[in-house]
Amino acid sequence: MATQHSQPADRLTMAPPAPKPASQPAAADHQSGTKHARTAARLMMAPAVILLLGWMLVPLTMTLYFSFKKFLPLRGGDLGWVGFDNYVRFVSSSAFWPSVQATLVIVGGVLAITVVLGVLLAILLNQPMWGRGVVRILVIAPFFVMPTVSALVWKNMFMDPVNGLLAHVWRAFGAEPLVWLTEASTQSIILIVSWQWLPFAMLILLTAIQSLDSEQLEAAEMDGAPPVKRFAYITLPHLSRAITVVVLIQTIFLLSIFAEIFVTTQGAFGTKTLTYLIFQRVLESQNIGLGSAGGVYAIILANIVAIFLMRIVGKNLDA
Amino acid sequence: MARAITSQRKALNTALAWGVGLLIFFPILWTILTSFKTEAQAISDPPVFLFFDWTLENYSVVQERSNYGRFLWNSIIIAGGSTILGIIIAVPAAWSMAFVPSKRTKDILLWMLSTKMLPAVGVLYPIYLLFIKLGLLDTKIGLVIVLMLINLPIIVWMLYTYFKEIPGEILEAARMDGATLREEVLYILTPMAIPGIASTLLLNVILAWNEAFWTLNLTAAKAAPLTAFIASYSSPEGLFYAKLSAASTMAIAPILILGWFSQKQLVSGLTFGAVK
Repeated sequence: MATQHSQPADRLTMAPPAPKPASQPAAADHQSGTKHARTAARLMMAPAVILLLGWMLVPLTMTLYFSFKKFLPLRGGDLGWVGFDNYVRFVSSSAFWPSVQATLVIVGGVLAITVVLGVLLAILLNQPMWGRGVVRILVIAPFFVMPTVSALVWKNMFMDPVNGLLAHVWRAFGAEPLVWLTEASTQSIILIVSWQWLPFAMLILLTAIQSLDSEQLEAAEMDGAPPVKRFAYITLPHLSRAITVVVLIQTIFLLSIFAEIFVTTQGAFGTKTLTYLIFQRVLESQNIGLGSAGGVYAIILANIVAIFLMRIVGKNLDA
Repeated sequence: MARAITSQRKALNTALAWGVGLLIFFPILWTILTSFKTEAQAISDPPVFLFFDWTLENYSVVQERSNYGRFLWNSIIIAGGSTILGIIIAVPAAWSMAFVPSKRTKDILLWMLSTKMLPAVGVLYPIYLLFIKLGLLDTKIGLVIVLMLINLPIIVWMLYTYFKEIPGEILEAARMDGATLREEVLYILTPMAIPGIASTLLLNVILAWNEAFWTLNLTAAKAAPLTAFIASYSSPEGLFYAKLSAASTMAIAPILILGWFSQKQLVSGLTFGAVK
């Protein structure tokens, strides 16, 4: 059983306030407890494990199965096995590479914006000020807005070229209002999604920054290190693991953003991400085989990211 | 070690932070304000900020015309139901992993987390097909099950993190006094775990309330929650800004309030304990 005290240097997290050291040996005793307890423990774990196993294996097997078939429910149904045909066709379709590009641009753009602004915001909110609690609440709010609402509000009330607030601002400066969702569609999606995820990045980075030893910073300041150097050599290294966590978790969620595109552009004007492309293949054109092959690609992609995330989380379990 | 910070610098920080905070919050504020305007004021040029004739008309119109109450009810059942069901299944699992850990506990926890990483779109058709075959399409119970399953890993993880902080010697003492396993769970652990369970509940209600892939793809008319209700509001040309705002405000208000209470748990809950 782990103790909270080992390897303090390796830990990003501030140890939760004083985990009672005495509790650990006691729990270890408990662990070696009766056989009865072990059997009971296994039974208690069973429902969750079995459900998740089913939730993972059944649909996954079906997706794999369909991905090797020509299957068009509305046009002939199951037309037999086709080997890797769907995998080849999915990748060689004209929509594939643009969708990869759109996915990379959107995910990369949102990550860059949220991490950079998140770090700056976290540093700002860590400074002494009046009403920090209220500011925190204001900044976090977008994260709790349901995706369909934020997409619709941005689309109509801000990005509408006639009545949108941004159009008013543009006109106030004598500029021609932008037709956001057609002329700058990708940027618009990035803006909307960044607005939703900035609070998440900020909150996690703020939590990490608060565990930074302020005496170290003060000592550096007394030694005459300028703010930029203090940031680069003390704050940033301290935040590196939190930034990694933010990047990985956001990547997993961002790879599958859906509502923001569904409500705004429906995948038009270069905003068709991999997720949206698969959605269209499956539900709109009802080409199940092709969509399933795409789904397998998406699963592999998500797993590559997940492996890195799991490593960090797993390390923390040991710490 | 405390250093005197000039109040000048503090004032500067305050002004800057409030400015940024208000800027980020502005879209929500604007939506709330617009919901109290008439449709004409909502699209007036130049836009009016505060000085308009406040009206509650939009709220009553949205309620009357679109049967908002039914969508709200669906959201409550789906978000609440999936969370409660998830907690009922997760409490025993998290308990056993925290207090009777074995060599495989860590692997099981990580594996559970990995199911959360499965991209929904990858299994869209199988789930869709199963839902049709089982008659679950466009039913509340179907969505309760799916949302329970996608949030179960987070629920197990959060509960596990909280349970591990319960001191083991209390359990020892109970055992000495002859408490059975069942009594141990029921009378000792559960009361101590209530705060942890409460914050798990809160965060997962929020996640389920805002979930917008399965709720959009697996519902039509009957079981559609607020996410789908709002998506159906995509009327362009700004004729319905005030009503759209009223509907949006009603959809996000409950969760905004819950969310502000749960900000502390948010970090450890959403990073699976990697950042606390």
